[in-house]
Amino acid sequence: MAATVRASDVEVGTELPSQTFSLRRVDLIKYAGASGDFNVIHWNERVATEVGLPNVIAHGMLTMAEAVRVVTDWCGDPGAVVEYSTKFTKPVPVPDDDAGATVEVGGKVVEVLDAGRVKVELTATCDGVKVLGMARVVVQLV
Amino acid sequence: MALNVELVGKQYPPQTYEVGREKIREFAAALGDSNPAYHDVDTAKELGHSDLVAPPTFAVVVTRGPQVAVIDDPELGLDFSRVVHGDQKFQYTRPIVAGEMLHTTASVHSARTIAGNDILTIRSDVADEAGAPVVSVFATLVARAVEG
Repeated sequence: MAATVRASDVEVGTELPSQTFSLRRVDLIKYAGASGDFNVIHWNERVATEVGLPNVIAHGMLTMAEAVRVVTDWCGDPGAVVEYSTKFTKPVPVPDDDAGATVEVGGKVVEVLDAGRVKVELTATCDGVKVLGMARVVVQLV
Repeated sequence: MALNVELVGKQYPPQTYEVGREKIREFAAALGDSNPAYHDVDTAKELGHSDLVAPPTFAVVVTRGPQVAVIDDPELGLDFSRVVHGDQKFQYTRPIVAGEMLHTTASVHSARTIAGNDILTIRSDVADEAGAPVVSVFATLVARAVEG
């Protein structure tokens, strides 16, 4: 593993470059195919609204996968991620239009661990609503 | 039928998954992630990996079959029609790379009922051909209480 960020250059409070991800219906279809998760609430608006959801919703795992890009793009090696956990606090509704849903993700170092590891906390919001809770990534720096 | 909390600790038969380069590329492309470590073998090798490295959440693809085997267990009593994904955790010993054969053993890590909600955590331990651990995946599913 070869991250390019040095642990010695990072301290509690170091902010990672934030990113914005757009999730359209077609992105949900692609993720369904690539992941094998064909749960109907991620592609069928009729069924999604029948079970009480506001609309088709993004796979929680898709939001989780996009959010960690703030860490993998920053640290230089995706293989440097040693732990990643989150709660799914609110669904991400995806309207049937060209823009889809917009998820804004930020990251901040919250703890410096042993052996060059740091813990990053991610924040992910959609329309100002927090969609991931306690999203934390432990990454091995050099 | 309620969630059977007696099943905590139950292990399911291991399942094998062969990690393909094109599957890693497809998964990364579905995320719109052009990170060269997922697409270009030379870049991945320069980073110290033996082949393309998988994105951190790729383990959901590897553990999907074993997890479904738990969910489909008739003894478990999970009403999947009411399930939402509560939380998810990956603990990596090392990253997943293309070309390797992985063996996953899933088990019922915890099962409880709180205020009518059934809360199930499935643990999936992924090991390599030598039996060395690669990643442990914890998925918590919540079957919401029936209203009224």
